[in-house]
Amino acid sequence: MSMFTLNNSYKAVVIGGSAGSFQGVVKILSQLPKGFPLPIIMALHRLKHVRHGFIEALSIKSVVPVVEPDDKEPIKKGGVYLAPANYHLSVELGNNFSLSTEEMMNNSRPAIDITLSTCGYVFKDKLIGILLSGANRDGALGMKHIKDKGGLTIVQEPSECMIETMPKAAMALTSIDHVLKVDQIVEFFKELDKQYK
Amino acid sequence: MQDIDIVDLKRISELIYQKYNYDFRNYAMSSFKRRVQRILDLKKLTIDALIKRLSDVPGFMEEFLDELTVNVTEMFRDPSFWRVMREEIIPAIMLNHKQFKVWHAGCSSGEEVLSMAILLKEMGILGNVQLYATDLDVNIMERAKMATYPIKNMELNEKNYIRFQGAGSLSDYYKEENGMAVFSKDLLANVNFRKQDLVLGEPFNKFDLILCRNVMIYFNQTLQNEVLKKFHESLFKYGYLAIGSKESLIWCDYANRFIVVNNEEKIYKKIKD
Repeated sequence: MSMFTLNNSYKAVVIGGSAGSFQGVVKILSQLPKGFPLPIIMALHRLKHVRHGFIEALSIKSVVPVVEPDDKEPIKKGGVYLAPANYHLSVELGNNFSLSTEEMMNNSRPAIDITLSTCGYVFKDKLIGILLSGANRDGALGMKHIKDKGGLTIVQEPSECMIETMPKAAMALTSIDHVLKVDQIVEFFKELDKQYK
Repeated sequence: MQDIDIVDLKRISELIYQKYNYDFRNYAMSSFKRRVQRILDLKKLTIDALIKRLSDVPGFMEEFLDELTVNVTEMFRDPSFWRVMREEIIPAIMLNHKQFKVWHAGCSSGEEVLSMAILLKEMGILGNVQLYATDLDVNIMERAKMATYPIKNMELNEKNYIRFQGAGSLSDYYKEENGMAVFSKDLLANVNFRKQDLVLGEPFNKFDLILCRNVMIYFNQTLQNEVLKKFHESLFKYGYLAIGSKESLIWCDYANRFIVVNNEEKIYKKIKD
């Protein structure tokens, strides 16, 4: 029996993470079902002034190559996207990305809240938001936005996180549908994929 | 970050256009919304109160514009870009022209034009280059003219300068006064500052190099197209256009009149009139 009640109406997955999330992200991307149909949009805290290396590191094990989108790049089904260093990543109505160099938010650029909120606004109840390990509160407000628009919310099980501040902040601020370990998130993606076959 | 209705955003951009002749109607929606939300938070206003103030208080527009435009920048942002400028682009321009003109479109608080002045000075050609720095927001340009920045910003700027592999130390160019880094005024002696609206303004000169980095990201694709057309018109044939490292021309109609000179640093060259 599946522990999830799923359907095939979802249009996108958005993932936020900070300190301690890298291994989890690598695991999720390396075990992604072949031909996974939804775009995966990620905002992960990273060094602001190091443009190279991060997508390369993520792509080594990922089933699908990870892309740092250019401004106004269209969002493709099955694409895996990562917010570039020193830019905020938003999605726009009309199914494309936009970048910005606005002030840091929660001490971060990219800010997870910005990516999550704009995804929530555009995809509404067709969105799955996942927040992983991290040392600050960035992402909590974004998760609330997603929930308020009817999306599905998942956080990494705090006991498994290297630093639990981020998922705990989201749990305190809004209702979270599933609190899962990374292995269960991997299973979740597999279950979700089956809905589209 | 509560949600502002798109209808309200349209009311604001329409009002500003009709009453003050600034055109934000084709700005990218998500950042425009965040900017307006930021102003609501800063001034503790509701959206209706903001609209009322914009229509009733003439002096408020300037304040609004100052907060609406994004003025976050740094010196020598993307140091590898500046190395390519020094080692490839400027030498290529100088093959044909001893004297040339550069336009910093959307110069904001001036960190980029100051970086260019330092680069040119280190190449020994600052006196041969006419620099133009323009922005929509005259208040921010006043800051650019002063070339004075909080000393706390200098740590990042100095780091960038070191990665750029400048000739000395960034601190050679400024004096510290009351917590501020005051740059030598000689650097900006050749800079023409002028108010220029990229959206509604017409081309005003011809250039060998235009820098417009991380400005068009605030525009939607329609507007990016129109502004690229103006840049095309403002460039001499074989002139260069530099945009931000994560921007792209490929979605623009005029893209085929340019070739990519450096894809990593997003430097293009006009090859067709």
